[in-house]
Amino acid sequence: MKFGVVVFPGSNCDVDVYYMVRDVLKCDVEYIWHKEWKLQRFDAVIIPGGFSYGDYLRPGAIARLSPVMKAVRDFADEGKLVLGICNGFQVLTEAEMLPGAFCRNTHLQFRCSYTYLKVENRNLPFTREAQPGSLLQMPVANGDGNYYVNEAQLEEMNEKGQVVFRYVNELGEVLPQANPSGALENIAGVCNERGNVLGMMPHPERASDTLFGSEDGLVVFESMMNYLAAGKG
Amino acid sequence: MHRQMGLKDDEYEEIVHLLGREPNFTELGMFAVMWSEHCSYKHSRQTLRRFPSEGERVLQGPGENAGVIDIGEGMAVAFKVESHNHPSAIEPYQGAATGVGGILRDIFTMGAQPVAILNSLRFGPPDDSRTCFLIDRVVDGIGGYGNCVGIPTVAGEIYFEECYRESPLVNAMAVGGMPLEMLSRGAASEAGDVVILVGARTGRDGIHGVTFASEGLDEKAEEKRPSVQVGDPFMEKILMEFCLEAVRKKLVAGMQDLGGAGLTCAVTETSSRGGTGMEIDLDQVPCREENMNAYEIMLSESQERMLLIVKERSLEALREILERWELPFGIIGRVTNDGIVNVWYRGEMVVSVPAKAVAEEAPAYEPASREPAYIREKRFFKESAWATPEDYQEAFLNVLSSCSIASKEWAWKRYDHMVRTSTVLLPGQGDAAVLRLRGTSRGLAVTIDGNGRMVYLDPYRGGMMTVAEATRNISCVGGKPLGITDCLNFGCPENPEVFWQFEQAVKGMAEACEALSVPVVSGNVSFYNESKHSAIYPTPVVGAVGLLDDVSICVSMGFKKEGDVIVLLGCGDLSLGGSEFLKVIHGEMSGRIPDLVFKEEKRLQKLIRQLARKGVVSSAHDLSDGGLGIALAECCISGGNGADLSIADNSMRPDLLLFGEGPSRILVSLPEGNLENLKKMAGEYRVPLDILGKVRGRHLKVQLSTGETLIDLPTSIMKSRYLGGREPV
Repeated sequence: MKFGVVVFPGSNCDVDVYYMVRDVLKCDVEYIWHKEWKLQRFDAVIIPGGFSYGDYLRPGAIARLSPVMKAVRDFADEGKLVLGICNGFQVLTEAEMLPGAFCRNTHLQFRCSYTYLKVENRNLPFTREAQPGSLLQMPVANGDGNYYVNEAQLEEMNEKGQVVFRYVNELGEVLPQANPSGALENIAGVCNERGNVLGMMPHPERASDTLFGSEDGLVVFESMMNYLAAGKG
Repeated sequence: MHRQMGLKDDEYEEIVHLLGREPNFTELGMFAVMWSEHCSYKHSRQTLRRFPSEGERVLQGPGENAGVIDIGEGMAVAFKVESHNHPSAIEPYQGAATGVGGILRDIFTMGAQPVAILNSLRFGPPDDSRTCFLIDRVVDGIGGYGNCVGIPTVAGEIYFEECYRESPLVNAMAVGGMPLEMLSRGAASEAGDVVILVGARTGRDGIHGVTFASEGLDEKAEEKRPSVQVGDPFMEKILMEFCLEAVRKKLVAGMQDLGGAGLTCAVTETSSRGGTGMEIDLDQVPCREENMNAYEIMLSESQERMLLIVKERSLEALREILERWELPFGIIGRVTNDGIVNVWYRGEMVVSVPAKAVAEEAPAYEPASREPAYIREKRFFKESAWATPEDYQEAFLNVLSSCSIASKEWAWKRYDHMVRTSTVLLPGQGDAAVLRLRGTSRGLAVTIDGNGRMVYLDPYRGGMMTVAEATRNISCVGGKPLGITDCLNFGCPENPEVFWQFEQAVKGMAEACEALSVPVVSGNVSFYNESKHSAIYPTPVVGAVGLLDDVSICVSMGFKKEGDVIVLLGCGDLSLGGSEFLKVIHGEMSGRIPDLVFKEEKRLQKLIRQLARKGVVSSAHDLSDGGLGIALAECCISGGNGADLSIADNSMRPDLLLFGEGPSRILVSLPEGNLENLKKMAGEYRVPLDILGKVRGRHLKVQLSTGETLIDLPTSIMKSRYLGGREPV
């Protein structure tokens, strides 16, 4: 089982994801330089956080034009797993592999803090290990995490279970105070219709080690691992 | 002409003497920037010799881009702090951002991967829109740059005082780690080596930035906005990745970043350190604008540029990495062995100067020094002149919510403090931030501290206290202090009273460094922090780095478990002089600064490190601004628990007990079962202790031993006052 971590110029959580997969999941992992276009050797591809191309123009807007993104699209079309974290999520929306778009946070500030997440769809390769009703604690760190999608699309996404994570308070309530960015309906993560491409703003790789405050992020990676181990990749 | 460039008449004479002729315009510009206070330390060099800068672990002391310390197991850490006060005063976003950029480059120029950013900020009280604008933009600039490069901003401090209203301080520190064999230096040692300029294209920005930083700020300062550079953190990130890869592949013979004084500084310093010269062809410099002249190219302070000295045979391999990262570069010259820097442009030789003369032979001054009158006036005041508060609880909440004491979460939540997933103790969790060293069980503790009020009232003792507090913070989380870096922010050194403050503060700091066995491995002096109306408090800022053998046992400050015993270790001298309490409650800034006894401080720090290592204590927090009362509040808020305490009055005024400030005291909590062990160890280290009470419930309750209740408050109220205190932006 092999994970790939895409590296754009300006990616900076690539290292974090790489070491988490290698040292915590104990899985095979390799960096994918953004000019690569062959991904056959991987079972899952992770687009990490950071500031690809400095977030100049718009987060993800330049990265989506990199050669690797065509390969990532083909990879996803084969039904393989693609996870975009933070800037990776932004790249996936810019590449139109996920619905929606991002605006500046409503308070116009970068925000780095822990959040609680409610898992809205536990039937995905990314969430199958989540306990029913459990809340996941993971940090966000972004200036453009304010997710937006139009009303018709939102309705469709809610119906089809494409809204995967929502920001909640410690009691699990979806409240504006629990929303770190002003994201529409407290949306923290969404998937494509097929359920094999997930984008999330919170950083599961920052909550995957006993040394830090939370290990809840492991749910996402262990779900992927178990899904792949079950031969469904 | 030379006066306009900031050179004195006799300095000009000296240049003529060194060259044996009149310098041309470009040469004069080069001397002017390199002989500025900012680059040459001409007023401070003599005094700075007091600092102990050697030690068996020191691999690189002051004089390079950053200090480097051996941490064993084949690893080293590099760290440095630097000011960006002047640029931040007139263009706060870019000023602060490029301050972060510059200090990060200093770290990766040494071959180290930056792992943490810290900052120390001073502003006027946030009661006017200009100050609030400055605060907001400085914080934004620090975050905007560090977040984008992907290096966590893990610790810092912010204070507000009237004296910083027109002269805010923005000091940035960075820490990096590396395998020993990566250590690089900024020297061009061998003739024939190739000189390459890599990174951002050179533009007309920042010309004479260092000269500007070597004057006071006046009403014309706004006109110097073009002296402030504009940062491009994306370019920095790419440049960093390239440089570290080139060093890892052993393709670099010498490396020097272009910061203050730009190409002039990089070329003359690398030659001078290597005892060589250079032939430089400015036609090969990638420029941002057309028709720049030699003077502009030599003096530009465009950011994100690096000078590399490489062997001819490494060129091809280097070119391949440069192309992969799509970095602009120019092969601009060669190292020669005659000690002369010759610069050519459009077929003409435009500069021919001895490298050493420009880089190292600036005159050194011994400025006059005189004790200011205020020192005596302010020191002698009687505590009895101030009535004790009628309502201690109200006084407590007012101090807790005052802007200098209250939580700085409003700032650090705008910094990515977790990227690189190594931050074990986050901002607000401990006395120092703690980072794991990936791939090992060890960790680094980092902190930055300064106390302008104390140094103003007593520069000598204040200087000592600053070093003691920084190292105490490292010890409180369980780290052994390895060394410090300092940023000395003062007014105009030609003013004898300012220079006296400088000398006294350095003397106090140096003695503390000797006594506590911490070398000063790098630093920066920032003079001329004054406006037409006032000079700042003398504000030395100390950044300290420590090592933890086992990062998993680091100690945070929060009261964690119901029933834990709360103990005060140490009995350092206490005073209301210069305290936050006196300032907030009585609007007064005077008094005696408490005494620091090195032996006691050293024993206390050893004890707390042993207690951490053996897992005896659940929490540790040093007593600093706001004294015992504020330390208790911070432990309660951070841990989410209350406490029930009784303090002996010792015939001391209750406000002195509760809010008095002083060194050598640490508040710990521990399971009752460990109390005997604690007493035994404290006995061995001869540290007195005082059992104050227990972690209990959701209230902070503080009684005098006479039974009088001073404070009885729910932690939720303290928390809301502490967090919401005076959020300035």
